[in-house]
Amino acid sequence: MATLDSKVPSGPLADKWRKHKADIKLVNPANKRKYEVIVVGAGLAGSSAAATLAELGYKVKSFVFHDSPRRAHSIAAQGGINAAKNYQNDGDSVYRLFYDTIKGGDYRSREANVHRLAEVSVNIIDQCVAQGVPFAREYGGLLANRSFGGAQVSRTFYARGQTGQQLLLGAYSALSRMVGAGAIELHTHSEMLDLVVVNGQAKGIIVRNLITGEISRHAADAVVLATGGYGNVFNLSTYARGSNVTAIWRAYKRGACMANPCYTQIHPTCIPVTGDYQSKLTLMSESLRNDGRIWVPKRKEDRLKPPASIPEEDRDYYLERIYPSFGNLCPRDVASRAAKRVCDEGRGVGESGLGVYLDFADAINRLSESGVRERYGNLFDIYHEITAENAYQVPMRIYPAVHYTMGGLWVDYNLMSNLPGLFVLGEANFSDHGANRLGASALMQGLADGYFVIPYTIGDYLASQRPGSRPSADSAEFRGAEENVRSLTDRLLATKGKEPVSHFHKRLGKIMWEHCGMARTRAGLEEALKLIPALREEFWANVNVPGSAETMNQSLEQAGRVADFLEFGELLCLDALKREESCGGHFREEYQYPDGECKRDDANFGHVAAWEYQGADRAPLRNTEPLNYEFVKMSVRNYK
Amino acid sequence: MVADNSSKSLSVTLRVWRQAGPAAPGRFVDYPARNLNSNMSFLEMLDVVNDELTKQGEEPIAFAHDCREGICGTCSCTINGKPHGPGHGIATCQTYLRSFKDGDVIVVEPFRARAFPLVKDLVVDRSAFDQIIQAGGFISVRTGAAPDANSIPVPKPDADLAMDAAACIGCGACVAACKNASAMLFVAAKVSQLGLLPQGQPERDQRVLAMVGKMDELGFGNCTNQYECSAACPKSISHDFIARMNRDYLKASLRSALKPTSNASGGGAG
Amino acid sequence: MAVTGVILIGFVIGHLVGNLQIFQHPDHINGYGAFLHGLGPLLWAARLFLLATAGIHIWAATVLTLENRAARGTAYSVAHTIQATLSSRFMRWTGVVVLAFLLYHLAHFTLGTAQPATFKENLPHYTMTADYKIAGFPVVPAGAEVLDVYSMVVRGFQHPLVSLFYVIAVGLLSIHLLHGFDSMFQTLGWRSAKWANGLRRVAIAFCLVYFLANAAIPGAILLGKVRVPAAAVQEASTR
Ligand SMILES: Cc1cc2nc3c(=O)[nH]c(=O)nc-3n(C[C@H](O)[C@H](O)[C@H](O)COP(=O)(O)OP(=O)(O)OC[C@H]3O[C@@H](n4cnc5c(N)ncnc54)[C@H](O)[C@@H]3O)c2cc1C
Ligand code: HEM
Ligand code: HEM
Ligand code: SF4
Ligand code: F3S
Ligand code: FES
Repeated sequence: MATLDSKVPSGPLADKWRKHKADIKLVNPANKRKYEVIVVGAGLAGSSAAATLAELGYKVKSFVFHDSPRRAHSIAAQGGINAAKNYQNDGDSVYRLFYDTIKGGDYRSREANVHRLAEVSVNIIDQCVAQGVPFAREYGGLLANRSFGGAQVSRTFYARGQTGQQLLLGAYSALSRMVGAGAIELHTHSEMLDLVVVNGQAKGIIVRNLITGEISRHAADAVVLATGGYGNVFNLSTYARGSNVTAIWRAYKRGACMANPCYTQIHPTCIPVTGDYQSKLTLMSESLRNDGRIWVPKRKEDRLKPPASIPEEDRDYYLERIYPSFGNLCPRDVASRAAKRVCDEGRGVGESGLGVYLDFADAINRLSESGVRERYGNLFDIYHEITAENAYQVPMRIYPAVHYTMGGLWVDYNLMSNLPGLFVLGEANFSDHGANRLGASALMQGLADGYFVIPYTIGDYLASQRPGSRPSADSAEFRGAEENVRSLTDRLLATKGKEPVSHFHKRLGKIMWEHCGMARTRAGLEEALKLIPALREEFWANVNVPGSAETMNQSLEQAGRVADFLEFGELLCLDALKREESCGGHFREEYQYPDGECKRDDANFGHVAAWEYQGADRAPLRNTEPLNYEFVKMSVRNYK
Repeated sequence: MVADNSSKSLSVTLRVWRQAGPAAPGRFVDYPARNLNSNMSFLEMLDVVNDELTKQGEEPIAFAHDCREGICGTCSCTINGKPHGPGHGIATCQTYLRSFKDGDVIVVEPFRARAFPLVKDLVVDRSAFDQIIQAGGFISVRTGAAPDANSIPVPKPDADLAMDAAACIGCGACVAACKNASAMLFVAAKVSQLGLLPQGQPERDQRVLAMVGKMDELGFGNCTNQYECSAACPKSISHDFIARMNRDYLKASLRSALKPTSNASGGGAG
Repeated sequence: MAVTGVILIGFVIGHLVGNLQIFQHPDHINGYGAFLHGLGPLLWAARLFLLATAGIHIWAATVLTLENRAARGTAYSVAHTIQATLSSRFMRWTGVVVLAFLLYHLAHFTLGTAQPATFKENLPHYTMTADYKIAGFPVVPAGAEVLDVYSMVVRGFQHPLVSLFYVIAVGLLSIHLLHGFDSMFQTLGWRSAKWANGLRRVAIAFCLVYFLANAAIPGAILLGKVRVPAAAVQEASTR
């Protein structure tokens, strides 16, 4: 049984981080270059960590499966990044950001981590501006802010609709500077396929070069994983196609605990699925809900009629009806579930029946078409590009889609997993968002972890390691791990079945979405727990992976990732089954208030569930880390 | 009928460049793609064709992609001679089959440039772009050393223009479209972004000289001001930035030739 | 490239202005010719400079072309142009034709090997009827005996084929300059979206005027508007 010591420092909330930084061990500057650190992933979390560790003097090796660090999925984030700068003088503060995040996470995150996140948020903005990130400005030349869901203050910094891109390019430029200076060894097109654990500590990784197929071993004094979220277990999501669970899943199989995998976020305003060839769901900014009205026909029979021909009295503006005070602006999870409910009733619109209208007719009457264009023109353009529909004339159709995963590898306050030497940053860890993430706070967390947390906390671990004590990449553990990777690859290529990898991914996605999506039930989850192992068996009997392992082979890459999803999906469902309460993104139909709000069970589930691998044939072990709320009182979220 | 997007079916012939590796010979192979939904994206069509190929035991077509929403810059097909296909201001992944007609022959080639060596089929290696950034596409600021963000006001027009340049997704279509395979637009976008901001001033000369020098060294062609790059760019980056960089480059060359330099060696802080 | 471009454009403008004196009394162009030749070493310096510039221009163009070809590597099988102008795409070809023209032109009017019969050195000398002044300073006095450039040009262009070649060459040169003009501003960083359209218009106007003015010379001669003075014709025929 793993020991889950959160290592949260004692003392007043606001002093914990300062005190901790003063207390932790330091590595002597002359010794720093004797330590090698592997950083896997170069999204916001990985790039910022690699750059900063290299600046400090550590020898850093950076690995990404992408062809360039700049392509990480972080690039797709649109809305913005939060920081408690209070530049608007509207009463924001570190405490308020802390509180909003705790509440937004439905009281399932660790207070100390969240407070630290809010504290360093201000440094992030300073850092990014100094790097040349072109944030939006006001006419006076100072930084502009916008407001975002779940907050009553304006604290979101943004760069048009490309905030993630600009932040990533900033971090990438810092990383590139250190690559240019020879302080970082960059390995692109390199996928980590196993973690090497020596004497209970993470000491290296096994990597496959996606161009040459070459498999190599890399030893280090510490390993940092910043490999992003696992939303693609649902197949269709707003994630990039390459996003995967492989790195953290294989670390899990080497002993790192997987925390709260069932916490997944579903975003209400995405462009609906049009056909089974579909590969990706596109997010439409939530801001559309400020002026658009959401409705479906009252009667099933009307669902395929042209919307304009449906008279006002035959429309059901269901959010306005059910949530009169928040209306179309109720939180993401609430809006998503409501859309699912009306579609389940057979009233969904569009060919597939999985869609609801987001109608701007009233807004156009009120603001004129050009007024609407001014506010949302680019979004209407994106919508048009994808659907060929003119949303000024016909209402948009939207549907919820998987968007973010709050769960991930368990880490302590130092962002170290239960495996000493293994650090996990960004979306790949479970740390700061509890059961639900607020808008514009994932970018903040990734950069906080990489720029301002790991550079301190990794020193505490490395100081305990004798310089030069890292194992040789020729040791038995490394050879064993390499063998493990090779045999998996060989097995995938040797199956020579009939169906392409995508076939299994789509089917897994359907199971996950249906039984473990927006609303979950015991029966549904139990069903999924039967279907997934069966599908996995079918995969291993009938998957067809053409080509060889010695060259670029995209089917093989995909097959490895889907094989992991087929295992991970089961754990996700198991976690959802065992968490017999509703909280944030985890909604169990059995546990709700009459108005449909989540019914938490703090007494029995006010904890982190951290799953521990027990071997291929044995059920995983559910460890728990209790969540002690010292500073905030747990209460019922209410957005009515 | 909901709107004008209701799906139509179409069939096309894909003429795709197949090449097993950089050293292997390459050739075009025709693949019929039948009964496609007009709402499919171009890459989804490739997915479908690839699944068919796999079922027939053939190796699927390798193509680069990731975000599938026009922001990561990974996708890189040249479709009927135009990088990123027929649309304007969009990437390959944002190209939908409604841009094609039933019965069309669609020729799909990789981005072609010597500085982007071919990896396989439609995949090329664009790490030359990373090398250019490594040579100077940054502002040297150590983490933790930054002053308060609002201590450096940036006039809004400058910030907006810098953002226009910063929108570059590093896809390489500019190189692929340029008759000379020149990387000017990409480099100019980065140089301009940083050059427009006050934070970028101390390294301004050094940056443009280093980045242009690196670009030349990597075997990209020379710009003859044909503006194909900006026309193919999925982010419509303006070639004005090339003029801006040319100016910066001339000034920097002059200044670096004339500027007195200190003889003091580094490390004075001891 | 841009630097040689500026110099070459400067030269062709100056040369055109000089040549337009053909529409004036023969004193002008002949005086001008005499003045230039009278510069002696200065003329040679200018010629060498020009030669070097042209040489560098051509060398640079060749290197550029070779490098740019190599930079593509494998060619596309479908050639597609989105917006590049024809003039920008055919710089090499227009340039080469202009070079061929130039060689012929030098043989014609500078070395006299193309049409020796009407070459200036083989024509009777011309006697200036008035002072040739530049900026009010008389540089070639009345009564001076000078080479008869005027007659050489007029007689040369009376051959329709020769004229045609000139017109075509000047046309291509104008097209070469159309892109060259625009391009120079971009290369030197003096072009921006704000006035790109204006610049383009100026370039088009410049090239049009340049072409028309140049073509006017052989045109006028062929149409008989510019003729060799009767006296000179007689003198030549009595020889
Ligand atoms: C459409 C969209 C919009 C969003 N908008 C916002 C927003 O407005 N504000 C906000 O705060 N958040 C937003 N988010 C969430 C946010 O973008 C992500 O949570 C965050 O960027 C994740 O960053 P990361 O560094 O953890 O991981 P990523 O950016 O996903 O990076 C993962 C890295 O790991 C590498 N990698 C993965 N696996 C391996 C492996 N096995 N071997 C080697 N390398 C590997 C990849 O190459 C990549 O470099 C949005 C998300 C989406 C999908
Ligand atoms: C063999 C003869 C010539 C060749 C092969 C040639 C070729 C070229 C080429 C390839 C370019 C570069 C195109 C570009 O930068 O866009 C160029 C530019 C130019 N050429 Fe020529 N050229 C020739 C002669 C001339 C002559 C005789 C003149 C003028 C009288 C001239 C004037 C210019 C100008 C002004 C430019 C623009 C320079 C710039 O881009 O900044 N060229 N030429
Ligand atoms: C209709 C148009 C033209 C006419 C009438 C014309 C006329 C002449 C004449 C008369 C001379 C000899 C001058 C002398 O030595 O006394 C000359 C020389 C020359 N011309 Fe032209 N020219 C024309 C067009 C051009 C063009 C378009 C070019 C360039 C591309 C050009 C380039 C030259 C050069 C380089 C010389 C040699 C100058 C020297 O000897 O130093 N000419 N031209
Ligand atoms: S400038 Fe445009 S075409 Fe070139 S890399 Fe950037 S986004 Fe792509
Ligand atoms: S197309 Fe090529 S020639 Fe220059 S202006 Fe663009 S790089
Ligand atoms: S796949 Fe990301 S830009 Fe096309």
